[in-house]
Amino acid sequence: MSEEDRVPSLRSGFQKNTMDLNSLTIDSTRTAIASKQISASALVEQFYGKIKAEDPEIHAYLTLCEDRAFAQTKHIDGLVTKGEPLPPLAGVPIGIKDVMVTKGIRTTAGSKILENFIPPYDCTAVARLEAAGAIILGKMNCDEFAMGSSNENSAYGPVHNPRDKSRVPGGSSGGSAAAVAAGTAVATLGSDTGGSIRQPASFCGVVGLMPTYGRVSRYGLIAFASSLDHIGPLTKTVKDAAILLKVIAGHDPLDSTSADAPVPDYEADLAKPVAGMKIGVPKEYFSEGLDAEIRAAVEAGIAKLRSAGCEIIPISLSHTAYAIPTYYVIATAEASANLARYDGVRYGYRAKGARTLSEMYRKSRDEAFGTEVKRRIMLGTYALSSGYYDAYYLKAQSVRTLLSRDFEQAFQKVDAIVTPTAPTAAFKLGEKSDDPLSMYLADIYTVTADLAGVPGISIPCGSTASGLPIGLQVLGRHFDESTVLRVASSIENS
Amino acid sequence: MKVTEKDVAYVADLANLELTDQERQRMLKDLNSILDYIDRLNELDTSDVPPMAQISAKFGQSDGKQSDSIGPAWREDVPRPSLPHSEAMKNAPETDGDFFKVPKVIER
Repeated sequence: MSEEDRVPSLRSGFQKNTMDLNSLTIDSTRTAIASKQISASALVEQFYGKIKAEDPEIHAYLTLCEDRAFAQTKHIDGLVTKGEPLPPLAGVPIGIKDVMVTKGIRTTAGSKILENFIPPYDCTAVARLEAAGAIILGKMNCDEFAMGSSNENSAYGPVHNPRDKSRVPGGSSGGSAAAVAAGTAVATLGSDTGGSIRQPASFCGVVGLMPTYGRVSRYGLIAFASSLDHIGPLTKTVKDAAILLKVIAGHDPLDSTSADAPVPDYEADLAKPVAGMKIGVPKEYFSEGLDAEIRAAVEAGIAKLRSAGCEIIPISLSHTAYAIPTYYVIATAEASANLARYDGVRYGYRAKGARTLSEMYRKSRDEAFGTEVKRRIMLGTYALSSGYYDAYYLKAQSVRTLLSRDFEQAFQKVDAIVTPTAPTAAFKLGEKSDDPLSMYLADIYTVTADLAGVPGISIPCGSTASGLPIGLQVLGRHFDESTVLRVASSIENS
Repeated sequence: MKVTEKDVAYVADLANLELTDQERQRMLKDLNSILDYIDRLNELDTSDVPPMAQISAKFGQSDGKQSDSIGPAWREDVPRPSLPHSEAMKNAPETDGDFFKVPKVIER
């Protein structure tokens, strides 16, 4: 059908009824909305059409919130029609990982225990997106309580990688990464505790940014491991990640761990040159276990930085091999405490037929938590139990200090660090689901940044011979997302 | 084997989990294999290394100097509006309208 034939059905004043959703970025969407190429409501209608047609095979969405989305499009279209100034994300359709609470919209954390939970308030990051004009399309599938590296631990079924549906999308923000890759959301929010934004971004061929610990408020983020949890964006481009971070970053009086630090204009900072920057390449991230194709792709990415005038400096983060064991003590210990709140009393699943309070707690938790969640609660409870606290928990906290010092020392010599995001490309569904330890090792290059609290981004960096995306990771100093984004952008654009 | 069946039962009890016989066997195997891996932390001498509970205290130190501008945020301890009672009760599995209802607490 030609453009002329469609004109009679067009909404008054807008040039088009549809857009190419697969290529839409935040940047191009807000331009299209502001220049009246398409109305926000027509765009969101088209997104829901695509989701309903294509998402059953991917399963990135757990819940759609059409009423809330169209209420917001009406507001945005009103602003456009009246010619009023538009907020920075006006009309940009975004998906939210289902670990962030949304007022009136079911929020499950991928768990049966929250199957019918309707939160009475909004997560700060979500509220900030909507205040900036974004349209919340729905809630994204994820591993139960964000515990997993493949999205196979969701109580609602796995997510399929849009690049190869027989493979996992990574996890735990698997739905968030898959939707961006499939073009069923322009961007999404995810959460990262051990790599849960960056690893799925790498597996699905999109950009995933974990900001500095404390940069983005976690108010309304369902807690997994409080000293490690971060909220961050998944997008198609580095510029989009910069735009989203600017909106969600900054102090929130409702989260005492959110830092009172100035938020720079990340988007403007992208224009600054990278020439003269010192880039560290840690040998521990290029050793045994790294797939040869991934090594070659990341080395090619590093060569681009050298061509752009960066100085490449070999460095050592000597305690890297201890990061996974450290992480699995600290994260599970914190999780065992955080998940104690699911007791079937105030909200969430309650087992039927219990005769006493104690039996009710046990049966409710037994029936509604999945295997991996129980495994981590058990491990964390063991590590915190009397007689083992010093040997495991205190020991891991001391090693965390050593891992943190590795980064402090490295950042005295270099401005950013470049590594692979994951040791392999996306693996097959079911390939690792029976072996928790081999699954944990999928996070070997990402957990270190969570433990040290430094920001990190994963960007697409070529593909394997069989066409699977490869991710390159850039890490930076605390609160220096600007440098991380700039280095990532330089590789992306060369 | 570090963890025994008795340990699994004890820890499940602490964690308010029941676990089926099958789950207990699986847990025994998984916990032992994960703890074996975690034991590699003992290769490191940490007798002079302070434990680290969270990273906020280190903000601004990665470039070698302490920053005054960044730190954990404190707010005044003043009352502010909270959720209305009816909203807070809405997700309760069982309520009499005013209170959460639970099975009897005292066992006879």
